[in-house]
Amino acid sequence: MPSLIDLMPEGGKTQHHHPWPRVVVDTKLWQFAASELAQGHWTLIGLWGEPSTVHMAIMDRDTTDIAVISLDCPDRVYPSVSKYHPPALRLERTVNDLFGLSAQGLPDTRPWLDHNRWGVRFPLGNRIDALATTSPYRFLPAEGDGLHQIAVGPVHAGTIEPGHFRFTASGETVVRLEQRLGYTHKGIEGLMQGASIERAAQLAGRVSGDSTVAYAYAFSKAAEAALKLEVPHRAVWLRALLAELERLANHLGDIGGICNDASFGLMQAHCNVLREDILRAANTAFGHRLMRDVIVPGGLVRDLDENGQAGIRAVLDNVHVRFPVLVELYDNTASLQDRTVDAGIVTAALVKQYGAGGYVGRASGRTFDARRAPGYPPYGDLRFEVPVLDEGDVNARVWIRIREVEQSLSLIHQILERLPGGPLCVPIASVAGPREGMALVEGFRGDILVWLRLDSGRVDRCHLRDPSWFQWPLLEAAIENNIVADFPLCNKSFNCSYSGQDL
Amino acid sequence: MRKLLFQSFFRGPLTEQAPALDEAAVEELAATLQRAARRRLGRSLSIREIDAGSCNGCELEIHALSNPYYDVERFGIRFVASPRHADVLLVTGPVTKNMRDALERTYHATPDPKWVIALGDCARDGGCFAGSYAVVGGVSQIVPVDLHIPGCPPPPVAILQGLLSLLDRTAKSATST
Repeated sequence: MPSLIDLMPEGGKTQHHHPWPRVVVDTKLWQFAASELAQGHWTLIGLWGEPSTVHMAIMDRDTTDIAVISLDCPDRVYPSVSKYHPPALRLERTVNDLFGLSAQGLPDTRPWLDHNRWGVRFPLGNRIDALATTSPYRFLPAEGDGLHQIAVGPVHAGTIEPGHFRFTASGETVVRLEQRLGYTHKGIEGLMQGASIERAAQLAGRVSGDSTVAYAYAFSKAAEAALKLEVPHRAVWLRALLAELERLANHLGDIGGICNDASFGLMQAHCNVLREDILRAANTAFGHRLMRDVIVPGGLVRDLDENGQAGIRAVLDNVHVRFPVLVELYDNTASLQDRTVDAGIVTAALVKQYGAGGYVGRASGRTFDARRAPGYPPYGDLRFEVPVLDEGDVNARVWIRIREVEQSLSLIHQILERLPGGPLCVPIASVAGPREGMALVEGFRGDILVWLRLDSGRVDRCHLRDPSWFQWPLLEAAIENNIVADFPLCNKSFNCSYSGQDL
Repeated sequence: MRKLLFQSFFRGPLTEQAPALDEAAVEELAATLQRAARRRLGRSLSIREIDAGSCNGCELEIHALSNPYYDVERFGIRFVASPRHADVLLVTGPVTKNMRDALERTYHATPDPKWVIALGDCARDGGCFAGSYAVVGGVSQIVPVDLHIPGCPPPPVAILQGLLSLLDRTAKSATST
C-alpha cells in the first residue's frame, strides 16, 4: 500500500496551502484514491466543491497524515467516490446541489440540501432557475408484510432542531430509518464568499450553536495556517480552555438528556445544574454564556482575569464533588441501564468505514481524537487520555462522555495552572494572492474540518465540515431492529447537529 | 439514588428567588407573571417551540429555562409537543426557505388566540444570515409577531422577562376590551 505522501506527485502540489499539502490530480489518481478509501486504507474526512473543481480531504489511517486532492472538472462532471465508498454519498449529493458538479456513477442522485425552495439551482456554481414544480422526495422503499411508515418532522415534539425522519416499522420494530435533512440550510458558505475575515469568523461561530467555540477555533486556525500567522502563547492556551469548557458543558447536558429520554429525569435535573454553573462561570470569565465570538483569527478578543479564573476554579471544584455521585447513580440504576445497554449498537466496522469521530467513534473502538493526532498545541503539553470502548451501544456513548468530562476537568486544571502571560492577539495581515489553509479541531461532537482560501484579506472560498456528516448515516444503521420508542434515546446518544450538517 | 434524593430534600431548592438581572426583578417577574398568566390563560401558558433555521444556540438557552435554577414550570409555563396544544409559538432562527412551509403550517395548526414570539437576533431580520439565497429573513415576514426577544442567544433571564412582557400586554388588552 502506498502511503498518502507517496501518492503526491511533487509537480502537482499547490503552493501556499498549509499545514497539509494539496495536490491537483487527474481522474486516474482520483479514482485510485476512491478505491483506497473503499479498501479502508484511508479515511475520508471531507469532500467539497468549487464552481469547476472538486476537493477531497483524506487521512492515512495508520499515520494520520492528511492531504487534500483536487480534481479540475471543467465539464462539470467527475468520477463518483461514493460509488465505491458510501460515506461520500451525502457530500457528493451536496456538491451537486450547490455547485452543479455531477458525480458520474453516483448511486443516489436525489438532491440533499436543495428542497427546490431557493428559487435557484446550483447557488454557488453557475446559477440556473429553480425547477418549475417540486416533485415529491422519493424515500427508499421497504417491502414486506405488515410494514407501516411513520413520518416525523421537520417540526419535532421536543425543543430540537428540524429534520425529517421516515421510519418503516414492523409492529414496534424499526426496519428502516431514512433521514431527510437540509431544513436549516442557511447558505453559510455562500455568505462567506467575499466576506471579510472578521465577518467570516462570526459566521463560522454560528454554524452550530453548541460548538460555537470549536468552530471559531477551527476557522481561526485555518485562517492563521493560510497566513502563516503565529498566535501568542497565552491565546493558544486560552483557546484550549474555552474548548474544554464547551466540551464539559455539552457532555453534561447530553448525559442528562440521554437519561431523560429514558424517562430518568432526576439525572437530567442534576446534570443541568452543573451545566448551568459552567455557563455562568463562562459568562463571568468571557462575557458570554456560550463563549461566542471570543476566539478570532489572530488570538482572542477577551482576556481571562483573576475573577474569571476564580469562578472557573470554583465551578470545577463543585463538579469534582458532585459528578461522581451522578456517575454512581447512572451505573447503579438498573431500570436506566436496561434502556441504554445494548440499545442502538453501531459496529466497529461501520465507524471505521465512515471515519465517525467523537463519542460515536470512540464508543465503537475508533481511537481517533484530533487533539492527539494530528494534534495541535497546547494539547501536546497536556496530560489526557482518550477513552475508547468497544460495545458501541447507547451505554458506551454515555460512558465515553462521562470519561471525557473527567478528562476535560483535568485539562482545565492543568491549563489554569500553567497559563502563560503575554499578549492575547496579533493583527491579521492582508496578504495579496491566494493563500489556502485548513484545520482539524476536536469539538465536543468530534472533529471539525475547516478549509479556506483567502485573498487580499477576504475569504475567497471556505468549507466547514461538521462531524455529523459521518455520524448521521450511522444512526440509520444503529436504530435498525430497535423499537420505535427507543429512537429518541438512540438519537440523543448521537446528538448529531442539524445546523452543522445543513450549513 | 435514595441518598441523593434525601440530600436534595434537605439541601433546599436550587431554584432562584431572584435571577440575577436586578435585585427585585425576578420576584416581581414571578409575581406578575403568575397574576397575568392566570387572568388571561388560567394557570397555564403552553409554548410550542419552532426552530425555523437557527444555529441551535437559542434552543440551548430555551432548554436552560427548564433547569432547576429557572424552573419555568413553576410559573405555569410549559413546553408542549404539538402546536394544537399551544398558546404561544416561540420561533427561533432566520427563517430558511426550506423551513418556510413548516413554519406556516405550524402557525395555522395553532388554535386562536395565539401569540408569536420571535427569539434571538436572527428571528428579527435574519441576523448575520440575512441576504443569503437560502434565507427568507425574520419571522415576521412569514407570520405576525407579537414580541421580539433580542440576543445571540438571549440568556434565560431575558427569555423569562420577554414571556412576562407578553403576558402583561395580553392581560392589559384583555381588560381594556
